[in-house]
Amino acid sequence: MTGLRTVAKAAFEGADNVFNRAFTPAWNPLYHLGTLGWFFYWITIVSGIYLYIFFDTGINQAYASLEYITNVQWYAGGVMRSLHRYASDALIIVMMLHLTREFVMDRYRGVRWFTWFTGVPLLWLVFACGISGYWMVWDVLAQYIAIASTEWLDSLGIFGQSIARNFLNNDTLSGRFFTLMVFIHIAVPLFMLLVMWIHIQRQRNARVNPPAGLAIGTLGMLLVLSFARPAVSQAPANLDRVPSVMDFDWFYLVAYPLLDTLPGRTMWAIAGGGTLLLVLLPWLPPLRRRATASVDLDNCNGCGRCVDDCPFSAVSLEPRTDDAPFSHEAVVIDNLCTSCGICVGACPTATPFRRTSELVPGIDLPDLAIRELREQTLAATAGLSGNARVMVYGCGHGSRLDPLRGPDVAVMELPCIAMLPPSFIDFVITRNHVDGVFLTGCAAGNCHYRLGIDWTGQRLAGERDPYLRKRVPRERVAECWTGITRNRLLQEELRAFQGRLGMLPPIKRPPRRSPGEQAGEAAEQHA
Amino acid sequence: MPRVTQYIGQFVAYALFALVVGYFATQPAYTHLDPDRALIKLSFSHAGEHLQECRRLTQEELNQLPPNMRRPMDCPRERLSLLVELELDGELLYRDQLPPSGLAGDGASTAYRKFPVTAGPHTLVARLRDTRRKDGFDYEQAASITLTPQQNFVIDFRPELGGFLFL
Repeated sequence: MTGLRTVAKAAFEGADNVFNRAFTPAWNPLYHLGTLGWFFYWITIVSGIYLYIFFDTGINQAYASLEYITNVQWYAGGVMRSLHRYASDALIIVMMLHLTREFVMDRYRGVRWFTWFTGVPLLWLVFACGISGYWMVWDVLAQYIAIASTEWLDSLGIFGQSIARNFLNNDTLSGRFFTLMVFIHIAVPLFMLLVMWIHIQRQRNARVNPPAGLAIGTLGMLLVLSFARPAVSQAPANLDRVPSVMDFDWFYLVAYPLLDTLPGRTMWAIAGGGTLLLVLLPWLPPLRRRATASVDLDNCNGCGRCVDDCPFSAVSLEPRTDDAPFSHEAVVIDNLCTSCGICVGACPTATPFRRTSELVPGIDLPDLAIRELREQTLAATAGLSGNARVMVYGCGHGSRLDPLRGPDVAVMELPCIAMLPPSFIDFVITRNHVDGVFLTGCAAGNCHYRLGIDWTGQRLAGERDPYLRKRVPRERVAECWTGITRNRLLQEELRAFQGRLGMLPPIKRPPRRSPGEQAGEAAEQHA
Repeated sequence: MPRVTQYIGQFVAYALFALVVGYFATQPAYTHLDPDRALIKLSFSHAGEHLQECRRLTQEELNQLPPNMRRPMDCPRERLSLLVELELDGELLYRDQLPPSGLAGDGASTAYRKFPVTAGPHTLVARLRDTRRKDGFDYEQAASITLTPQQNFVIDFRPELGGFLFL
C-alpha cells in the first residue's frame, strides 16, 4: 500500500510539475481542485437560477420550455444551459481528482478525518443533483434515468407501492411526481452547500475561490465549449416507447449500464459498501499520531501568532488561567492538532538567541522541542568545513534529504518547514555556524500541512510575524520546493547555491553583546 | 510575466479539459435496448386472498379474551402469495410466486418484470392465481399481438376491470 501510494504520489507530483510550468504554482489547477469544485458549483447555481426563470415544471411543458431556452434564446438561455451542464460535469472531474489526490497524499487520516468524512456525503449529493437535473429535461434520456432510478429504489423493497409504476406508460404518468423532482433538484444543491460549508470548517484560511486568473481561464473555457457544442435535448420522452440508443453523460450516469445488468440489490451493496469503505478509510489503518503541541504558560503571553498560523484551527486563545499579566493564553485542542509544529515556528519566544534562561518557548512540540532543534543544529554544523557551509532545513514530506549531507552540508528534518522560526536562520548565519541556509520541502503549492510554505515565504519576506530580521543577508538564504520527485533538481539547486555562497565575502560576525544586550534582543524577539 | 510557452501550455490544458468534458458529456452513445427489439413489461400490484378463512371463536375462547377484545370472528392477516405465469408463443416466459408485502405478510403482492423480445407478431398468455385453489388459475388472458421495434408493451392487472390488461 505504501509503495503504491508512493508511486501514485510521484505520478501526481509529476503532473503537478507539468502544470506548474504552464500555470505556475499559484495557478496550478491541480493545487486548486477543491476551489475549482466550489467555482463549478457556483456556476451551476447561477446558470440554474437563470434557467429556472424560463423553465416550465409541467410534464408536457418542461421539454418545450427547454427547447425554447436552447433554440430561441440560444444566445443567453442556451449558453446558460450549456454552462449548467458542463460546469456540473467538470465538478465531477475535479471532485474525483480532489478525493484521489487527498488519499494519495495521505491527507485524510488522523485529525483530518473530519474533512474526509464530511466529503463522502457530497459524492452522493452531487450525483443526486446531476441525475435529478437530467430528469427534468424529460427527453428519452430523462425517461431512461427516471425508470432506471425508480426501479433501483424499488429494489430496496421499503416502499409500499412501486415507484417505477409511475412511469408505466403515458397514461400513468403523474405531474405530482415530476414536481417532486424539481423540488429535489433545488433542495439538494442547497443542502449540498451546507455540507460543503461543514466540509471546510476545520481548515483555517480555507480557500473557496480559485485564483482570479484560473477562474477566468476556466470560465472562458466553459463558455467556448458552450458555444462550440451547445447542450441540447434528445427526442422527447414517450413512455409508450423504450429508449434505445442514447447520448449519455458518462460523468453522472456511469453506473447506469450496471443497473441494466446487475440486480438492484447488488448495486445497493456495491454503492453502500463503497461508501462505507470511504467513510472508514481514515482508520484503515489509523494514523500513528505524534505528541501534540503543548503550551508553556510561563513563556506564553497570549500574542496569538500561533492561533493565526495554525492551518487546522488547533490553537485557540482563552482567558488567562494563571496570574501572569496577560489577558489570554494559547490553548492547544489536541484532537485537532497534526503536530506539524507551525505554531512553534510562529512563536516569538522560540528563538535560539535566548541564553539567559533555558530555551523553552511558549508553545513547543514534545517530540522535537525547540531546545533540541538548537542543540541538533549546533551539533550538525560544528563539523562543517569549507567556504560554502550550508544548513539544510527540510520537511519530512519532500525530497530525500540524506543524499544532501556532506562535509560542507548539514541536514535537519522537521515535520513541516514552517516549524522553523526565522530566528534560527538568523542565528546560524550571523553567528557564523554556516555560510548559508537552504530551505526545502513539499512542492510549492502542495504543502502537506496546507500553509507551511506560504507562511515560511511570508516570514522570510517580512510580511508575516515573526519576520526574518533585515540584518540577515538574503543572498545567504535559498528556498527550493521540490516535493518527492525532483531529487536531482534539489541537489543541483543546492550545489548552485553553494557556488554562489563561495563567491560571497566572508560573513562579518556582529560584535559580541553583553548579557544585558542579549536580554534586550530576546525581549525584541518576544515583542 | 508569463512567457508565450506558458500561454500555449495553458491553452493546451484548457483545450484538453474542454475536449474531455465535451466528449464524455454525450459520447459514446449507450444502447439500452437493441433498436430491433421491443419490451414486455409486467407490472401490477394486487393482494391475494387471506391465507386462512375467518373462523368463529368458541364461547370458551371468547371468555379467555379481555372484554374489549371479544370479537366473534378470528381473521388472520396473512395473505397468499400470487402465482403468475407468462407464456409467449407457446413457451413459458415467466413463472413465479409473488409473496405478499409487509412485515406481517398482509400486503399486496407486487410484480415488476421486463422481458426484451424481438419485434413482430406474438401470442401472449398471462395467468394468475390469487386464491387457495390447488390447481389452475383464477385469471387468464390471451392475445395475439404485434410488437413494433422499441415498443413498451405493458401487462397490468386490475381485477375490477376483469383481470389482465394489455396496454
